[in-house]
Amino acid sequence: MADLLPEHPDFLWRNPEPKSSYDAVIVGGGGHGLATAYFLAKNHGMTNIAVLEKGWLAGGNMARNTTIIRSNYLWDESAAIYEHALKLWEILPEELEYDFLFSQRGVMNLAHTLGDVRESMRRVGANKLNGVDAEWLDPQQVKELCPILNINDNIRYPVMGATYQPRAGIAKHDHVAWAFARKCDELGVDIIQNCEVTGFLKDGNKVVGVKTNRGTINTEKVGLCAAGHSSVLAEMAGFRLPIQSHPLQALVSELHEPVHPTVVMSNHVHVYVSQAHKGELVMGAGVDSYNGYGQRGSFHVIEHQMAAAVELFPIFARAHVLRTWGGIVDTTLDASPIVGITPVENMFVNCGWGTGGFKGTPAAGLTFAHTIATGTPHHLNKPFALERFETGALIDEHGAAAVAH
Amino acid sequence: MLLISCPNCGSRDETEFHYGGQAHVAYPENPNELNDREWAEFLFYRDNTKGAFAERWLHSTGCRQWFNMLRDTVTYEIQAVYPMGAPRPAAAPPAAESGTASTAPDSTTTGTARPSIAATSTSTASRSTTAPEGATK
Repeated sequence: MADLLPEHPDFLWRNPEPKSSYDAVIVGGGGHGLATAYFLAKNHGMTNIAVLEKGWLAGGNMARNTTIIRSNYLWDESAAIYEHALKLWEILPEELEYDFLFSQRGVMNLAHTLGDVRESMRRVGANKLNGVDAEWLDPQQVKELCPILNINDNIRYPVMGATYQPRAGIAKHDHVAWAFARKCDELGVDIIQNCEVTGFLKDGNKVVGVKTNRGTINTEKVGLCAAGHSSVLAEMAGFRLPIQSHPLQALVSELHEPVHPTVVMSNHVHVYVSQAHKGELVMGAGVDSYNGYGQRGSFHVIEHQMAAAVELFPIFARAHVLRTWGGIVDTTLDASPIVGITPVENMFVNCGWGTGGFKGTPAAGLTFAHTIATGTPHHLNKPFALERFETGALIDEHGAAAVAH
Repeated sequence: MLLISCPNCGSRDETEFHYGGQAHVAYPENPNELNDREWAEFLFYRDNTKGAFAERWLHSTGCRQWFNMLRDTVTYEIQAVYPMGAPRPAAAPPAAESGTASTAPDSTTTGTARPSIAATSTSTASRSTTAPEGATK
């Protein structure tokens, strides 16, 4: 902790004018869009492509998440894709030649009720069978790993134990985006900021171009990586997504000496906390209940998560909130993402990552690039196809998502 | 926090209420005739409107009655409160919708929001974009 951060970078990518035509266009210049473009260029040799971003690069959820990376999901399908992502996180700093300070300090998911304990132990078992590092900690072991946690039994929801994934951790989100953007640019990808998609050109049921506020761009393939705005784009293209966009809030304290050595998440009392490299306590909670595109939520949600945080970490009572903010998360009914083909030919969608998209960034990019390049699912994203809502093969990860929604 | 006017109890804090999602989604009239796609639509697909959205709320710690509300999902402005079973108010909202979208760069936090609502609805004007009843079967 308190490691020296890399110097603020010089400009790492060009700001080209959009060309009139590309082999593929990615809509959304956040982590997922940039990772997708990177793997399209690197793995599939598609370098005549563009990433269109309506605002500035990585200014949406990529700038607003709490940077937690882990893969301790319950079901085989999720464990496979999130564990693949975690393995990529481990090698990406070298591959991208950019150290984004992936700090594998471990993630604890607390259990506060007997139900929590049973579900957590089941998840640890499932994780081990899937090759995901996981262990069950009793309250004493919890205290040893994170001494500032209150494990007394005189609080409303005492800590009854925790699952622990040692390889999990946090990374510098902005640096991740810059790392991908720089490599994309090197490989010839056009990253076009301030370019908002306003519609799609279709030939019958096939998408052939993108209308933007900077002109029309012809393209053979379109990949949507727009998180909270996926429904808006899908509607322009003429299909529906089973997505509801909600505000999700987070906050940071002022800088403190290193006090918090790991990442602690509590599904039951709704808070998750880590200490950033610089020293801020970073916290998040559940989504606001209502649909919202406003990138802000209601104060009582913040109040609730702070109450939970102070009960779990009495030492935080004298810290101060420095900033709060909100992002727009694209939730699905089964708390699992949607990656794959759409009813519109040559249009592909990567969305529904909801409250947990950051950790999935590399695997989303890798598998989505495969799907765009080949027109077929990658074996890791195949279970996450849109059609699961018709076949009923849902992947219910509300427990492991650890963020109430 | 939203300040919500319960039709029975008056203005109360949002914390007294429970969100019920999109309004006007009727149970299928002939469930036996639905195919998988139509069941998926009914069970899992809801409108995710950016702009004026008709939604259900329950005053769970007050009168415990459900009611409908028309709320802008970008500005969070509450435009109408009306009883369950009543049709979605039509006249007033559109003015407010385009008004808030184009005049006020409302959410300063959004930065990039610009006239995206206006753009959205014009670019897809050929399709009926804002009818949340679209899901109703």
